[in-house]
Amino acid sequence: MKFDTPATTNPIDQLKVVGKPTDRIDGPLKTTGKATYAYEWHDVAPNVAYGWVIGSGIAKGRIASMDLEAARKAPGVVAIVTAENAGPLDKSKRNAATLLGGPEIEHYQQAVALVVAETFEQARTAAGLVRIDYTPADGAYDLAAVKDKAEKTKDGDSVVGDFAGAFAAAPVKLDETYTTPDESHAMMEPHATIAAWEGDRLTVWTSNQMIDWMVTDLSATLKMPKDKVRVISPFIGGGFGGKLFLRADALLAALGAREAGRPVKVGLSRPLMMNNTTHRPATIQHIRIGATPDGTITAIAHESWSGNLPGGSEETATDQTRLLYAGANRLIGNRIATLDLPEGNAMRAPGEASGMMALEVAMDEMAEKLGMDPVEFRIRNDTQTDPADPNRPFSQRQLVQCLRLGAERFGWAKRNPKPGQVRDGRWLVGLGMAVAFRNNLLTKSAARVRLDQRGIVTVETDMTDIGTGSYTIIAQTAAEMMGVGLDKVAVRLGDSSFPVSAGSGGQWGANNATAGVYAACVKLREAVAQKLGVNSADAQFADGQVVAGNRRVPLAEAAGADGLSAEDGIEYGDLDKKYQQSTFGAHYVEAVVDAATGEIRVRRMLAVCAAGRILNPKSARSQVIGAMTMGVGAALMEELALDKRTGFFVNHDLAGYEVPVHADIPHQEVIFLDETDPISSPMKAKGVGELGLCGVGAAVANAVHNATGLRVRDYPITLDKFLDRLPAVG
Amino acid sequence: MRPFTYERADSPAAAAAAVERRPGAKFIAGGTNLLDLMKLEIETPAHLIDVNGLKLDTVEATPDGGLRIGALVRNTALAADPRVRRDYGVLSRALLAGASGQLRNKATTAGNLLQRTRCPYFYDTAQPCNKRQPGSGCAAIGGYSRQLAVVGSSDACIATHPSDMAVAMRALDATVETVRADGTTRSIPIAEFHRLPGDTPHIETALMPGELITAVTLPKPVGGTHVYRKVRDRASYAFALVSVAAVVQRDGGGRVALGGVAHKPWRVEAAEAEMPRGAKAVTAGLLADAKPTHDNAFKLTLVERTLASVLAEAKG
Repeated sequence: MKFDTPATTNPIDQLKVVGKPTDRIDGPLKTTGKATYAYEWHDVAPNVAYGWVIGSGIAKGRIASMDLEAARKAPGVVAIVTAENAGPLDKSKRNAATLLGGPEIEHYQQAVALVVAETFEQARTAAGLVRIDYTPADGAYDLAAVKDKAEKTKDGDSVVGDFAGAFAAAPVKLDETYTTPDESHAMMEPHATIAAWEGDRLTVWTSNQMIDWMVTDLSATLKMPKDKVRVISPFIGGGFGGKLFLRADALLAALGAREAGRPVKVGLSRPLMMNNTTHRPATIQHIRIGATPDGTITAIAHESWSGNLPGGSEETATDQTRLLYAGANRLIGNRIATLDLPEGNAMRAPGEASGMMALEVAMDEMAEKLGMDPVEFRIRNDTQTDPADPNRPFSQRQLVQCLRLGAERFGWAKRNPKPGQVRDGRWLVGLGMAVAFRNNLLTKSAARVRLDQRGIVTVETDMTDIGTGSYTIIAQTAAEMMGVGLDKVAVRLGDSSFPVSAGSGGQWGANNATAGVYAACVKLREAVAQKLGVNSADAQFADGQVVAGNRRVPLAEAAGADGLSAEDGIEYGDLDKKYQQSTFGAHYVEAVVDAATGEIRVRRMLAVCAAGRILNPKSARSQVIGAMTMGVGAALMEELALDKRTGFFVNHDLAGYEVPVHADIPHQEVIFLDETDPISSPMKAKGVGELGLCGVGAAVANAVHNATGLRVRDYPITLDKFLDRLPAVG
Repeated sequence: MRPFTYERADSPAAAAAAVERRPGAKFIAGGTNLLDLMKLEIETPAHLIDVNGLKLDTVEATPDGGLRIGALVRNTALAADPRVRRDYGVLSRALLAGASGQLRNKATTAGNLLQRTRCPYFYDTAQPCNKRQPGSGCAAIGGYSRQLAVVGSSDACIATHPSDMAVAMRALDATVETVRADGTTRSIPIAEFHRLPGDTPHIETALMPGELITAVTLPKPVGGTHVYRKVRDRASYAFALVSVAAVVQRDGGGRVALGGVAHKPWRVEAAEAEMPRGAKAVTAGLLADAKPTHDNAFKLTLVERTLASVLAEAKG
């Protein structure tokens, strides 16, 4: 189905099932332990052997020698895979770092060997017996030190008007630099894969967000035909972008299984998560804003520097600044330098998550310079069109409504605009806010839908559910389209034998994958109508029946003994060129700071979101509060601590890499504006899973400033960065 | 993890004898720290002697009005003991500031004292560490050291001791009771129990090989207001940046011990005479010989500010 004109009324608009806060249909499987995760497929691959990954002990250089003798002789060892015996391998275009390193080492804990043994314990023990001598080389590890060698990225700068002239002439100016650190996805389930060969065919049971990318990249890396690789990943214990790609677990499991001649399972240990896999790269962001005294922005510049391995991409931290605020003179661009750190790549809301942490603090600072309320300053600079192209409107932009409603619900009017004034016992109290913004991305997505003689509708698509609720919203979509209850819908996901979907990433999964299911259901409705000999436009699908004129036929009967099936997908025209599609929100945060110790705690949070039709308010809310939690982590504690001498992330476990725990997360409230966006898809929905993260960190930072009067422009905001500026303890 | 053999001991002296007999043997109780270290091959014991069955799991009154805490009393039970809560509040609060509910259910009194450092370089076997591999060097010096020691450190090691419980016990003048293979017992004042790193950071306590902790005794209650303040980057389940255990008397005098600043719970009795004069004077005494790194110099300010807050709280 080609979607190239705005949606009109369609069966989804009935909202009998879609739009309801349905419990997740996969919930019981998960709470009873019956959902099978990657490492747990005990029955499908008999006689499995266990692989243990050895990571490089240096960040850059060469392996001088590798002594495998003791490991080979260790009890239970079946095989050892290294670059020497792995056979010829390619590198897929989505991987910057080589997944199996050696003799050249590109980053710390780059995988250099897989030890395969009869048991997990034997593999791990034998791995400890491998002796590797390295010849280290000098590397570049510190972004600040290589910043001046950075280059403009291939997209180039977005230049509108004359920034330099307008900024110089602006009566009120801000010129500040902000930094964000390297961050780790730290999802609950580490990367894990079971691989099994049958002749020249490979099956991997893994944990992956983008099934077709995985098939493509695994087959390319192994230099084998794509149709010989099957990927199965129905349940995923979190990914946050860390599982978008082929990683070492899947490649090494496949190589290990080939070498061992039997199935092999590989899970990455937690310490490997931080240095072996990908991370959100650190940024240095320079923001300049010029405005007239009434708060109208006349000039805005946002430049961001990040680093990566050769071939890796930049963190696109400035992209939202192209679209978020008006201003006639603009200079926006990303820069990239070469670093020999582990590969930087997508982590939830790549670009905006980091960029909004800087931009929205800059806006707060600017409002303060102008003596304006920060909410009003943002409203003053709202735009309903792409600031670089006035002929390109936003498909929907209810940012102002989000800001106003949020201010009212949160009690923003009670905020003392003068910082450092409100005290509650030992706590300094502050309120802060920030805008949420994230683009809505369109990408094609297909599904297959079957109707059987019991009246059961089965949906198959390689879409994934990374904890987001994909199973549930897809079931709601199919139920709505076919006029059945959720109990008559089965959803099967995460299998490369199913039609290729949008997958889970960039908050594009929900809208695109359900639109693909919508398309397949439209086709199935046509098949049902055709079978009944009625015009599909006249057929009503409701209550498990098809009604056409005077006829009323149960779906089960219409399906017949052989059932009916249909496959289709959604493809998009140029609506995302004619219109800018984005999602919007407003974050409000109350934070307190211990006047003596500088410890920061968040007391309450509110997000108001405008993100098209909300397919399931319950799972959408869960996405947003999870994102708000992640934003608290980014603001206050998350940082991969870099050893700049030797180039590795030192705090490589969950004791050292702190993420918020329950005690850190207070009352959270989420409000969704009642919105539909007919430009986005037949579902009229948009992404929401990343919107909730964008801007939260800045809202926390702004609340801390309101509490203390102090600015920290170097995330995370930890007490050591401002302790000496707090008033004396008295 | 290296393969190991395992046995259960049936008396404290027998347990001590079993460890003494086997080079590389270790006791295991709650295992909350040891098992993690074994998985990472930071600890590679050839033999484990399980002491959980030794019935050292009661808290009893002593004749002089104190408490004798069995080595195997779990952190949860100790924190909840009514006598501890009433008379040694700083200890109860310190325990509850540590780890998580699940870990406290498992962790023992003796094991808590014997926790190893959380220095991240100690945890990475590809990095030099004099504590893990004597003579290999210290990667933490000149590296990422925000969490590490500011006082009592050496050129060989700047690790901190991670315990909260031990800090309170230091303030309470606890005594560690032990038994050896031959059945001889001794009492080690907690001030002498943990060592500074010097040039042998791998030797962390005064225990002799095979010596088993049987109990920790607390002298009779000293009264006063008991405060334990742990400062950390998140609200729970994090090691202290710094912590302050204080017992403050009505006249403003009392005791103070610090966590998160040294290789051992840090207390300087002479500095306590300054308590009536306030936090600045006490901190000057406590941290007189501090040698912080660039990353952790903030701890000096943080100690003083936290102590000031604690003293204000104690005053009421």
